[in-house]
Amino acid sequence: MIEVRGLTRRYGATLAVDDLSFTVEPGRVTGFLGPNGSGKSTTMRLVLGLDRPSAGLALVDGVPYRELAHPLRTVGALLDARWVHPNRTARAHLRWLARSNRLPPGRVDEVLDQVGLTAVADRRAGAFSLGMAQRLGIAAALLGDPEILLFDEPVNGLDPEGIVWVRRFVRGLAAQGRCVLVSSHLLPEMALTADELVVIGRGRLIAQSTTAEFVDSASRTSVRVDGPRLDELAAALRRAGVEVGPSGDGALTATGTPMARIGRVAADAGLALSELSLHRGSLEEAFMRITGHEVEYTAGGPAGGPDDSAALTAAKG
Amino acid sequence: MSVAAGSTTIARPGFAAAVAAERIKLTGIRSPWWCAGAAVAVTAGLGAIVSVATRYEGGPLTVATTQLVHSAGMAVVMVMAALAITTEHSTGTIRTTYLAVPRRGVALGAKAVVVAAVAAAVGLAGAFGSWGLSAALVPDVDLALHGAVEWRQVAGVGAVNLLAAVIALAVGILVRHTAGAVALVLVWGLVAEQLIGLLPGVGPALTPWLPFQAGKYFVTADGTATGLLGSPWAALGYLTAVAAGLLAVAVAVARRRDA
Repeated sequence: MIEVRGLTRRYGATLAVDDLSFTVEPGRVTGFLGPNGSGKSTTMRLVLGLDRPSAGLALVDGVPYRELAHPLRTVGALLDARWVHPNRTARAHLRWLARSNRLPPGRVDEVLDQVGLTAVADRRAGAFSLGMAQRLGIAAALLGDPEILLFDEPVNGLDPEGIVWVRRFVRGLAAQGRCVLVSSHLLPEMALTADELVVIGRGRLIAQSTTAEFVDSASRTSVRVDGPRLDELAAALRRAGVEVGPSGDGALTATGTPMARIGRVAADAGLALSELSLHRGSLEEAFMRITGHEVEYTAGGPAGGPDDSAALTAAKG
Repeated sequence: MSVAAGSTTIARPGFAAAVAAERIKLTGIRSPWWCAGAAVAVTAGLGAIVSVATRYEGGPLTVATTQLVHSAGMAVVMVMAALAITTEHSTGTIRTTYLAVPRRGVALGAKAVVVAAVAAAVGLAGAFGSWGLSAALVPDVDLALHGAVEWRQVAGVGAVNLLAAVIALAVGILVRHTAGAVALVLVWGLVAEQLIGLLPGVGPALTPWLPFQAGKYFVTADGTATGLLGSPWAALGYLTAVAAGLLAVAVAVARRRDA
């Protein structure tokens, strides 16, 4: 389990991480979501003892990372796939890592096989493509067979095949009961990978909830209605208590009412429909709205609309 | 197979494991091998040339003469030592290192042990190479290692190289950037100390307290010499204290810093 309590990191006048608290439980993938520059990488570096917090603490397996007796057997991390000496072979890189933590030398070949790098194990890491480097980084994280794993933007820059591979791999690790934290700035990607989300903006916690809850609360659905006698249709819908307004392009948009009910109201009024369709707000839009709200808030600008606050409250609950 | 965490039966990986890892790191890439080879060749080759030239000019040729230019090989060794840490910073592997060995004193101490061992081996190979070549090229002069003084003059290069490498590593830990660390180490070791020695008045008084001059004194002093530091062994002790102190400061700074 990863526990972050009141974690704060200041760089000069900038607060990179601001009183952040969350937990990462085993047996599921926890997505660490936030726009670029929101403090995800800094938080991970603080959790891994690479940077020092200005305040608060981060515990892995109940202790600060720097006090772990068996770091690589406890935690596996991939923060940057290029943190490998370019002139060292993939196998040599894993060999020194294994030796430093007294891991059985046989683990090197096992993890190379697991990530599909056996064929290129004796090639210089500097000659690797980003996808291969990413796999080597994952192999290094898996070396000690740890129960806790952290991956920072593991699909960044990968081709579609690589993205699907990483996604499946990460889900597989959680299915084995491990504690997995994966960061990303893409909500749609996290929606496919994570069971639980920790959402941050400007170094602050915006929400921690299940992915389904967050997505539901974040993306608003509406129904688009069109027909030849639009004014009568709008009046009939309003009489039936349906919240309806102009869609902006000559049709109507109804919110908060199931599609079937709108169809029935129209039929009861004897009005023909030329369109009745469901519109789900995109996850990107929702994510930008929610984290944008946070940006405006911290910048001291105008607060977001009431709908956004409602979405936030729901997501936090 | 399972190597799962939390089992208290597995011994905590200690300093020896970190040293073994650093050994694999240093020997797993080519540049340290090139540095080591170059250092041995430079020390042995230049030393032999100096011996032959001294003989032809009719100067006194002694065992100490064969080691007059040991600092040339030492310079290469110091570059290697500085690179051992600065390339970790430039490639980002230092973070991988600290993830594997989060106790930074252990990680950096292990690196110091490996770098120092290589530096000492290179120094010994170069010194005995120079001495052997000189003895072979100038057979009419007695260059035999008769006693403790001659042994110190040749084998002492190993000790001085070891300490110079530790100093260079410490500077590398502090400065982090390759160019800066290498420039600092070479300019100080090869140029600045000589210039300080030439300062009128204070120069001669300061010289015994300059670390690399102390090293040079340890290697080249004959049996009768007495400097301000007394014996050559006191000079070596002083150099050891400087190297250990610098490394301690560097580790303390690295512990506090963001990786």
